[in-house]
Amino acid sequence: MAETKMAETGNGDSDQPLLTAEGLGKSYGHLMACRDVSFALYPGEVLAIVGESGSGKSTLLQLLSAQLTPSAGSVSYRMRDGVMRDLAALGEAERRFLFRTDWGYVHQDPAMGLRMAVSAGANVGERLMAVGWNHYGRIRDTASSWLERVEIDTGRIDDAPRTYSGGMRQRLQIARNLVTEPRLVFMDEPTGGLDVSVQARLLDLMRNLVSELGLAAIVVTHDLAVARLLSHRVMVMKGGRVIETGLTDQVLDDPCEPYTQLLVSSILPA
Amino acid sequence: MTAMIEINNAQKSFVMHLQGGIELPVVRGVSFHVEPGECVVLAGPSGAGKSSILKMIFGNYRCDSGRIGIRHQGTQIDLAKAEPRQILSVRRATIGYVSQFLRAVPRVATIDVVAEPLIANGVSRVEAREKSGQLLRRLNIPERLWALPPSTFSGGEQQRVNIARGFISDLPILLLDEPTASLDAANRAVVVELVDSKKRQGVAMVAIVHDDEIRHLIADRIVDVTSFAAAA
Repeated sequence: MAETKMAETGNGDSDQPLLTAEGLGKSYGHLMACRDVSFALYPGEVLAIVGESGSGKSTLLQLLSAQLTPSAGSVSYRMRDGVMRDLAALGEAERRFLFRTDWGYVHQDPAMGLRMAVSAGANVGERLMAVGWNHYGRIRDTASSWLERVEIDTGRIDDAPRTYSGGMRQRLQIARNLVTEPRLVFMDEPTGGLDVSVQARLLDLMRNLVSELGLAAIVVTHDLAVARLLSHRVMVMKGGRVIETGLTDQVLDDPCEPYTQLLVSSILPA
Repeated sequence: MTAMIEINNAQKSFVMHLQGGIELPVVRGVSFHVEPGECVVLAGPSGAGKSSILKMIFGNYRCDSGRIGIRHQGTQIDLAKAEPRQILSVRRATIGYVSQFLRAVPRVATIDVVAEPLIANGVSRVEAREKSGQLLRRLNIPERLWALPPSTFSGGEQQRVNIARGFISDLPILLLDEPTASLDAANRAVVVELVDSKKRQGVAMVAIVHDDEIRHLIADRIVDVTSFAAAA
């Protein structure tokens, strides 16, 4: 039995990391927002960064996604040609490629990631045009199939997202990000501002998309239930440092550090 | 060496930092092995550490010391020291786990909850759902419930959904934590049949079963966990 399994090595077992952080830190004067963070993220892997407000998790996400310049250490990313590149040393064209195509960034507030006054179809199509698509019919068809995929009625394709509910806006933001088939998606509290009933639906949708597309993702959340549902691995942050890291269910079911034990034991039973 | 599971001197304790850092020993000196096609039942009173041992074999609980050797894709891997990615790979290709309680994503239909492990292993959705339906039918979950999320089901129905989810894959190791606890006689008999057919396929199993009759029917060997009691 074990022998028959040998042939099919899991497809998520790629041995080369997609992104690595080494000794990463950021200080604002005396304040160390984030310090000495090192890890490797592999293709198809979902990493959750958890911790309370002020723990440094959002700073870390901005460092990893090249929106902040680190005070110490570095972040490297494997470009599509297979070469690991230091993000700080990328040229403008390469940075643009990452932001427009190879990465997605899902903001907690969809208004930050969408253009609220233009149609939903244009919001999705814009990312395609940025990478050179110019056939209107194809762009519209692709946008429409993505709306379907995130469970938005395609009859609403010409409406602007300001007419959408919070949950629909968040799903539209996800469609806009995934349409270019990125390899890595950053998510900052993706379910943060939503009603609980809408959250469950969105989580299920994100979980399926991530596994169908084989996406790697880094998800910042203060909600341990979100980490449990979405992530393979988790890093717990406190005071700007990573204090515990490991397999998500292992860290949540068998937490070792005092602060992690406190976080896990503070979840209110429904 | 043909054993699928080979545990040597494994030890586990909890340190409760919120209770003044007291140390709760759970088990120590855990050593046993499981061959292909064999069902080993862990015996001992509540609190002896049976579930903890299963969780250690699944990589859900960490191991303080010792070795948890798992035969995975032709080589032996020590789960006590494995990287998270290796543990995930072992769970995808080698070890299945039927936990005591079903933990499913809200709003996902029962038939998809059961089919999910197959889809994660690359089986097509259609085929996975078909197999899921067969197992649900065999475990007497009426077809009109398949499209509903299991969260509204009775305890016994949820447990059967959980069993279907655990048995659907063709994994060489299966861990069973009280699979028959809240089932009636007819459904207990189905579980015994399912365990039997896994044995014939060469699957190595470790089970916790309190019901003496069921234990008799499925156990090839019994490992008494009280000998691993760590409480001094």
